This record gives sequence, C-alpha cells and structure tokens, in this order.
Amino acid sequence: MGLADVKEKALTGLFWLSALMIVGVLVLIIGYIIVNGISAIDLKFILEPPSRAGKEGGISTTIVGTLYLTVVSLLLSVPVGVASAVYLEEYANPNSRFAYLVNLTAETMAGIPSIIFGLFGFVFFVIFLNMGWSVISGSLTLAIMILPTIMRTSQEAIKAVAPELRENSLALGASKWQTVQRIVLPSAVPGITTGIILSIGRAIGETAALILTAGSSLGMPINLSDPARSMAVHLYVLAMEGISMERAFGTACLLIVLIVILNFLANWSMRRLSRAAG
Amino acid sequence: MGAPAGDRWLHKRQVNEVRNISISTTSNNIDFAGSTSKADSTARKVTREAVIEKLLMISAGISILSIILITVFIFARGIPLVTQVGLSNFLFNLTWNPANKIYGIGAMFIGSLGVTLVALSWAVPLGLAAALFIAEIAPSAVGSLLSRFVELLAGIPSVVYGFFGLIVVVPFIRETFGGNGLSVLAGGIILGIMVIPTIINISRDSIMAVPMDYKVNSLALGATHYQTIFHVIMPAARSGIITAIVLGMGRAIGETMAVVMVTGNAVIVPGSILEPVRTMTSNIVLEMGYASGDHQAALFATGMVLFVFIVILNLLVNMVIKGAKKDGLS
Repeated sequence: MGLADVKEKALTGLFWLSALMIVGVLVLIIGYIIVNGISAIDLKFILEPPSRAGKEGGISTTIVGTLYLTVVSLLLSVPVGVASAVYLEEYANPNSRFAYLVNLTAETMAGIPSIIFGLFGFVFFVIFLNMGWSVISGSLTLAIMILPTIMRTSQEAIKAVAPELRENSLALGASKWQTVQRIVLPSAVPGITTGIILSIGRAIGETAALILTAGSSLGMPINLSDPARSMAVHLYVLAMEGISMERAFGTACLLIVLIVILNFLANWSMRRLSRAAG
Repeated sequence: MGAPAGDRWLHKRQVNEVRNISISTTSNNIDFAGSTSKADSTARKVTREAVIEKLLMISAGISILSIILITVFIFARGIPLVTQVGLSNFLFNLTWNPANKIYGIGAMFIGSLGVTLVALSWAVPLGLAAALFIAEIAPSAVGSLLSRFVELLAGIPSVVYGFFGLIVVVPFIRETFGGNGLSVLAGGIILGIMVIPTIINISRDSIMAVPMDYKVNSLALGATHYQTIFHVIMPAARSGIITAIVLGMGRAIGETMAVVMVTGNAVIVPGSILEPVRTMTSNIVLEMGYASGDHQAALFATGMVLFVFIVILNLLVNMVIKGAKKDGLS
C-alpha cells in the first residue's frame, strides 16, 4: 500500500467522522432532553394549568396558547401565501417588476431574524394598532414570519403541475380561475401541505417574536385579545429564572417530540409528492 | 365555424385572458359560449375572472407591504435616537447605561461578532466536510439519511438549543476550563450547531450542481477522487460555498434565544472566549419588557443596526450569485 493510498484512506475516514459527529450531536441533544424530560410528562402535566409562576402544576395553558397562536397564524398566512403563489405562477408575467419585487421581498423576509419581527409586531400590532400583548398580535406577527415558507413551497408545487393539465382544462372551455381552482390547486396540495407542516414547526418553536407580541401571561387564552404564553416562551422563562428545571425538561421534551413528529410528517408528505410527480 | 361575431370576440377575449399559456386557437369550432343567449353570462364570467385576478394580485402585494411596514416602523422608532446620540457614538461607544441615558452598543456589537466568529470557526469546516461527504463520498442511502438528520437539526427550536446549552454545555465549560461557564465559547458552540444545517444544505446543493463533465474530465486526466474534489469540484462550487457561509453568518448574528441563555449577558468587551458577553439580539429581548422612552428607542435602534447588517449580507449573497452566473457557474 503506497503513501497516497494511506492518505486517501485517512481522508475518507475524516469525512465519515465529520458525518458521525453531526449525527452524534443530534442524537445527544434529542436523547438527553427526552431521557431527562419524559419522566416529567404525565396527564397532570398536560392537563393542569401552571401555578405559582410555573413552579407547580402543569403547562396546559401554554399548550393551548401554542395551539391557538399556530392555528390563527396559519389561518391568516395560508390563504395569502397560496394566493400569492397562484398569482406569481399563473397570472403574473414572470419578467414584470411586480413579480420580481414580490419574489425579492419574500426572499429577504426569509432571512430576517425573528427578533426583528418581534420588534415590528410590538411597535405595529401591540402599540400602533392598540391590540396589546395578545393572541392576535402574536398570530399576525407569526403569520408574516411564515408567509415566505408558505409562498415558496406553494410556488414550487404549482410549478410542478404539468402544463398539459392546464391546456386540456382550458381547451375544454374552463376559465382560467376554474382551471386554477379545480385542476392546478388540487394537484399542488401535497406540496402546499409540506409547506404548512414546515410552518407549523416554525410557529411551535418561535420564542423571541412571541415574547414581544403575545406577552407571557400564564392565564388561559380564550379571546383573540387575551395575552398568551407559548410552550417555547414558558421553557425560556422556567430555565432562565430557574423556576423549575423538572418542568423545563418536560416542556422541552414535549417540544422536541412535536418537532420530530412534524419532521416525520413533512418527509412523508414530500415522498408522497415525489411519487405523485414521478 | 359559423359562430356569431360576438361570440368570436368573446372567445378571443378569453384566449387573451390566458395568453401566457399557449392554446390552439384554430379549434374555434369547439365553442365556449355556444349561442348568443349565453353571451351575457360569459361576460359576467369575464368580470369575475378579472376581480379574482385583482384579489390574487393584492395577496401577492402583502409581502411587499409587510417589508415596507417593517422597515418604516422600526426606522421611525430608531432613527430619532441615533441622530440624538450620533451614529458613530451609538455604534462604537462601549458604555450601555440606560439609567444615565448613555446608549452605546459597541460592546454588544463586538459581542455579536465574537460569538458568530467562534461559531463559524468550527461550523464551517465541519459543515463543508459533511456537505462533500453527502454529495461526493457517501453511498447515496447514507447521504440521504444524513440529509434527513440535518433537516431535523434545523427544525429544533432555538429555545431548546439554549436550554441544552444551559444544562449541558455551560456546566461542561465551567468544569473543564473554570469560570462560571456562561461565555462566548458556550454561545459559539451552540450557535455553531445551529448554523451547520444552513451551511450543509446550501453548499451541498452547489456541489451537486457542478457539471458531471468537470469531474469526468478530471478523473480521465488521471487525477484521484480527492484531487478532483479539492482542485476541481470545490473551486467550481465556490460561489455556493461562499453563499452558505454568509447566510450562516446572518443566521448566527440574528439568533436570539439560544445565545441569551448561555452567554451570561454582561455588557463588557470580553478579554477571552471564557468571559461572558451580551449580543445585540440578547440586549433587545432582555430589556424590551421594561424599557420605555429613549431606552426603548435605543433598543429599536439596535434592531435597526441588525436589520441593516442582515440586508447587507443578503445583498452580498445576491452579488456573489450574479457574479457566478456571469462566470457561467451556479
């Protein structure tokens, strides 16, 4: 075996090592949190509201808060995002200034840190529109944050619909909107679903923007104007203020489990998509 | 043929409505409206189509409106304070003392850069190695499995990373190197893990986009697999690799929750990576809850600096990509 062979073998070993390190880090983080957090989770933890600032009781109000914020932000963001994608892919001239600007702004928004969205949501929704720290302020802020994801995945999904389907529909006398509504969108559903799943993951984990817009009240959010603390914000407060490490572990564990499930669903939905396209 | 003139006109209108999709106009004996009695409803349909198109256009405009509102509202709160304090004083003064109305973010600017550099110093080599591994070395099943793990890594919420850092990384640093563990190093370790997915995904895609010819020719000339990787593939993918690093940097500078939980948040210029530090993002989230007046405006100004920084990084990326396209590479 020559020196060159040894060098090549060593390099290959290093590349494998780098891959193993990344898998190791992932397994360490997820494993550590699940192993230490799973014992904190029982029915009481999920169904009871927190008491004494989270020192005792469960986390039910923060689970409701997370769900509430996620659902409202999706209700706001999905129609707008899908409509934008339909406009860009089916109606707009791709070389127009307007289409260029929409694509550019969506791309720019995807790179803006969440704390900036938080500052904006705070000054615009909470103060300027006088909505206060509330579910609606938080949801509107989240909706803007996830809009680029919904738009991009919907655009990709619409692009992937075979042009023949549109031509056949139009040739049979369907109008443009009928074609979009009955032919293009149904074919694009798996792709759009993937975007929605990814957005749910982002909404569930979001913290910085929500602290500034939805507040951190531990009460049960009922109305859109009620303040709400999400699970992620709850985890931050519990850990930073050293209120209850056991409950912090439990909350982190629930978050991780949700993210793993969503990741699995997104993969499944994408596979379904590629099978449909292939 | 033989359809009434009015119908033919309507038919033409409809074809015009769908002009960006080619459909054959020679088959106009397949009639949309059929007879004149239906012309009225067809006209209504055309109006409906136009209204729908306008509504869709308005939806698309919401992105543009959002970014304008974000810029205007953050700048409107931040600019008065920066003009009052002076831009260079605001950026470079190392003292942040809201109680005495001294607003300088110099120490926090250095803090953000310090944590980011520590993160990139190890995340870039590791991420690049993993990207090359996935694209060029691993059997495809192993490569796609690793890609899925990377997706999962990208999906973990930043507050969970921060929690892990606080519980595992900080005590580890405290016991290994001394000090209290809340440090630039802890921030750099956690941030590095968080930017690895960005670096892997973008550089992997650009490595995979290198034309097969380059590789085949290099190998045919007698170069080994690794010579080809380092001397042909990596140079050809360099614009994508630079993009990956710049976007990773943007992600690191803008990250908030993970950093605030592990860096100790003292407003000092750290003398070593084992000392605590406060970043610009941490400052905003720590003080926004109780700030008012000029203090609050100073936090918005901090956000403004961050915003400008990120937009400049994005523009840089766009320039790199355009430059690469001019060279005929992607």
